[in-house]
Amino acid sequence: MGNNEKIPYLKKMGAKIRANIIEMIPPGKVGHLGGSSSIADVLSVLYFDHMKGIDSSNMKNPDRDRLVFSKGHAVLAQYAALVELGFFPREELAKVKTLGSVLQGHPDIDKTPGIEAVTGSLGQGLSICNGMAMALRLDNSPARVYCVCGDGELAEGQIWEAMMTSVNYSLDNLCVIVDYNKVQATGPTGDVFPINDIAGRFRIFGWNVIEIDGHDYASIINALDKAEAVKGVPTAIIASTIKGKGFPFAEGNAAFHNAALNEEQYEECKRIVNKMLEEDCNE
Amino acid sequence: MNKESLRKAYGESLVKLGKEDNRVVALEADLGKSTMSIMFGNEFPERYFQMGIAEQDMVSTAAGLALTGKRPFLSTFAVFATGRPYDQIRSSVAIPNLPVVICGSSAGLSDFGDGKTHQSIDDIALMRVLPNMTVLSPVDAVETRKMMDAAIKCNGPVYIRINRNDLPVLTDPDSEYHIGKMDRLRDGKDAVIFATGVMVSKSLEAAENLEKQGISCRVVNVSTIKPLDAEALKANIQGMKAVVTAEEHNKYCGLGSAIAEALSEDRIPIGMVAVDDRFGTSAKNYDELLDAYGLTAGAVEDRIRRILAE
Repeated sequence: MGNNEKIPYLKKMGAKIRANIIEMIPPGKVGHLGGSSSIADVLSVLYFDHMKGIDSSNMKNPDRDRLVFSKGHAVLAQYAALVELGFFPREELAKVKTLGSVLQGHPDIDKTPGIEAVTGSLGQGLSICNGMAMALRLDNSPARVYCVCGDGELAEGQIWEAMMTSVNYSLDNLCVIVDYNKVQATGPTGDVFPINDIAGRFRIFGWNVIEIDGHDYASIINALDKAEAVKGVPTAIIASTIKGKGFPFAEGNAAFHNAALNEEQYEECKRIVNKMLEEDCNE
Repeated sequence: MNKESLRKAYGESLVKLGKEDNRVVALEADLGKSTMSIMFGNEFPERYFQMGIAEQDMVSTAAGLALTGKRPFLSTFAVFATGRPYDQIRSSVAIPNLPVVICGSSAGLSDFGDGKTHQSIDDIALMRVLPNMTVLSPVDAVETRKMMDAAIKCNGPVYIRINRNDLPVLTDPDSEYHIGKMDRLRDGKDAVIFATGVMVSKSLEAAENLEKQGISCRVVNVSTIKPLDAEALKANIQGMKAVVTAEEHNKYCGLGSAIAEALSEDRIPIGMVAVDDRFGTSAKNYDELLDAYGLTAGAVEDRIRRILAE
């Protein structure tokens, strides 16, 4: 299928991811709206187009592609996609972060079908993905590993250790996507703890780097295709995104990194996602 | 008494396991010539991952390998295998209960020359407090080999504490070994000594000396610190007038603490021989350092005599 045919479908799925995120944070329930909605479009392309072997009826397929959210706090976005793929019943969304729920506050392999690693303590996901990529290579598996990191998360030293390991072991079956949304828990990343020239830093570590608009579907698709074609080095896609994308009052607003919506905000979000879902995505 | 290297036993066991099971992989943080994981690297270069001096990355990488069907063994000095990457062990390995074997080599004060930054008096504590973690402390090379054979059959994380120096061989290669079982090496009727690692041989020496003074001691090798065999513990204190624990670790949160917790409702005095809440220091040899820290047969004897005299 060419991009022109699949982009409307993927946009629709991006809208569904955002709708499901909102469904999980009714008024008064705290959730990571900002960092979940910034990665929604990349996630739509990964789960509904690019990744292979994602099948809720064959979850242990050794040759499935793996996706690990190193920025585990944005797991609502992953739940929002996994429910569409049938990994757990839709009723679970309402039970997120309640006692006994299969949907925990951060990714949990014991509880949630489709989750590939425990993350949440930031900075560990890329190392885990390196280990997965090494194991898949030993097994001659064609599977690929995708790691979503936050830009604020790059302050964790372990990420830079792992970046060296990915290159030292030539893990070209690995692709990192940095959700470059420029806002972290307590404010703009540029104010809290600036990390300039993320792309340049990856390059100097030996990575193949692709910079894109993380809300442009054609760019996301092309970047993932290019990453797969590059041999000998891992690829980092620096996806420039907007924190809280889709919800104007939350866009670029650190207050919605992890917050509860009030009734009014929630209703506005519902209107927005309903409109997204009704929209003709062919424009 | 015949002494043997536990580190060499670790390396040889890795090679053996690697031959038996192609899921076995090993990771090392530039200390493979010391931990002896290099033996595995020489035999299976494809399955040996040199991670550089980056222990945190090493631990989470091992988690990724385990999540993808491998059986990772990672090794470095005990201080760098536990404290340095503690959160990586907690989050990447212990929470998801992954079968990763962590070898803390040159443990306790056994790296006598390198001093306090390199001597682990807190590794048992750090690993014992983690749910899902099994904590092993072999007494000799023979037991190390058996532990490695058993560790690969565990479905969760395992910490193995390895002494840097050759230690007396106290166990029988032909006897059965099970993780979680404690091993009575000498019987007696007045007091029981629960010891681990190098302190087992010191305790046997203490028991020998006390025998001459008319005090009869039982000596139990506790090589599985977690899970602690509470039933065997209770059986071993039956009829005894005193319990003494002996370990090359801080007196807090180690073997002595574990035993005191388990016996908290039993009316029996417990004495502890352990490091007295201080960091290590450099010394010219191992025994000199153990003496300076009161980790001696004499200290075990004193403790028993004192409790029995009260």
